[in-house]
Amino acid sequence: MQFWIIQTLNSIAFGGLLFLLSSGFSLAFGLMRIPNLAHGGFFMLGAYLGATIIYYGGHFWVAVLGAGLGVGVVGIAFERLILRRLAGNVQGQVLVTLGISFIIADLCLLIWTGDPWTVPAPAELRPPLRVAGFAFPTFRLVVLAIALVTAVALYFLMDRTRLGAMIRAGVDDMEMARGVGIPVSLLFTVVFCLGAVLAGLGGTLGAPMLNAYPGLDTDMLPLALIVVILGGAGSLLGAFVGSFVVGFLYNFGIALFPDLAYFILFLPMVLVLVFMPQGLFGRVQT
Amino acid sequence: MRRNAIVAVAIGLAAIAVPLIITSEFYVNLASQVLIYALLAVSLNLLLGYGGMVSLGHGSFVGLASYAAVLLLNAGYGQLPSATLAILFSTACGGLFGLLALRASGIGFLMITLALGQIVWGIAYRANTITGGDNGLRYATRPHPFGIDIDGAASFYWFTLIVFAVALFFIWRVTRSPFGASLQGARDQPRRMRMLGHNVWLIQWVAFVLASFWGSVAGLLYVYYNLFISPHAISLQQSAEVLLMAILGGASTLTGPIVGAVIITLVKNVVSTYFERWNSLLGAIFVVVILFMPFGIVPGVRQLWHRWRAPKKLERAA
Repeated sequence: MQFWIIQTLNSIAFGGLLFLLSSGFSLAFGLMRIPNLAHGGFFMLGAYLGATIIYYGGHFWVAVLGAGLGVGVVGIAFERLILRRLAGNVQGQVLVTLGISFIIADLCLLIWTGDPWTVPAPAELRPPLRVAGFAFPTFRLVVLAIALVTAVALYFLMDRTRLGAMIRAGVDDMEMARGVGIPVSLLFTVVFCLGAVLAGLGGTLGAPMLNAYPGLDTDMLPLALIVVILGGAGSLLGAFVGSFVVGFLYNFGIALFPDLAYFILFLPMVLVLVFMPQGLFGRVQT
Repeated sequence: MRRNAIVAVAIGLAAIAVPLIITSEFYVNLASQVLIYALLAVSLNLLLGYGGMVSLGHGSFVGLASYAAVLLLNAGYGQLPSATLAILFSTACGGLFGLLALRASGIGFLMITLALGQIVWGIAYRANTITGGDNGLRYATRPHPFGIDIDGAASFYWFTLIVFAVALFFIWRVTRSPFGASLQGARDQPRRMRMLGHNVWLIQWVAFVLASFWGSVAGLLYVYYNLFISPHAISLQQSAEVLLMAILGGASTLTGPIVGAVIITLVKNVVSTYFERWNSLLGAIFVVVILFMPFGIVPGVRQLWHRWRAPKKLERAA
């Protein structure tokens, strides 16, 4: 019983982490029509930045914010300096994000070496929470809470603000949005940066569970891709539902059938592709 | 056309002569590697250049064919049955992957192939009991096709060259065939092709299966060459390297990917001995090629050649 409860909770917490990773990825994909293949690299960079800030005595939450800001700056620079030059060349943009992901991964290896960096959860969240005789890992609950708050905040941003309306207009029909005077290219930068910030935050928040290690980027990127294939590009709800589905499958897959965890991820993707190629909540045809 | 034939024969003879001129085993082995990667890049280019489909999962066929060959050999099958079954298995997986990936087009196709490639990698990496995980698996010994020993560097190079030549001839015929024309039509004008009664989906799927078949053959050569297979050989980076070879050389041509494979394999081997940061360099080459040389080397050189030739022709006409 304890096993199932803990695994369920771990799955939900991992799903929350995946939401931080994939929501920005999905929104940028919906708007810019390209998957940012450096997104896994952004996540890993966030984990390393956070680990470094903690190593030099920063508090955990300072590290989370610092990692978010740092990766956000990298994201803005990347979008402005490189992606912008390839506007209109979708295939070129995707391949450039792939090239950048290799550079990020290799520079991380150079700076932070090949040994994993462990990040302790903040001291006040380490003792487990005891409810009705069951012990819950407090930190994972907090990560889940942060993911939920982010989801609600993103929902309000997207559905209740002028900025959100402009982003949605850009996702649904970019030419028309440009035609009525929405500064779509500025939105590109905003959304890309937002995605980078979320990936950076997520990297540090996930570090106590996942550690920061070389290869974290290529471990996380396929998960984000599968979330977006499942949920549909550009849809916040899709990213939300997809993240928890993938979180459950991946976590239970690893716990119950460690050899087949990746294969289990494959099944929902196949089903969705066969029956709903746009994804469950897709706004744009990919 | 006749000049092209002469050039092709000359390059072919030069390729045959490589182990006679270069006696160093290291460089002959490097030449074998170049051929294996060239085959991989040319097969990928059937999708990329002629079909307009960017696949980031082509390395998975190397893995599928190699792992299948090792596991079958270890299970007691002979060399020929395990090679045949491995290629059949890998191509069948290619058929399945094609079914899935062609549910989408453009970037969706790219993402699905990437996800599929990563899943194959993940299974190779995680399924310790079958694949040996990160440690990989050893292939016991190279086969002796028709009783000929290909354990030496030179003989293996010639063996690879024969397979490569057959593959190149086949792919060249395909691109020049009505099927090749309809594949390019499906790339450029899918709607028009549909209106003309062509089954665009089927054309693209067949191209995917052909590409995965030759990719599997390259995978088999890979495991014969290395006598070893590990998840490293099928990582995203490997698939991306092959893609870069095709783009660098020029995806719109048959020979471009070969040129790209020669350059990337040589640069990688030379650079790796002096410089540890191959991945950074790979990423940087990616960015530079896409920003400044989007059509690749072979079309670029051809353009220069024509520009150089054109004024002379005008003079003659005048």
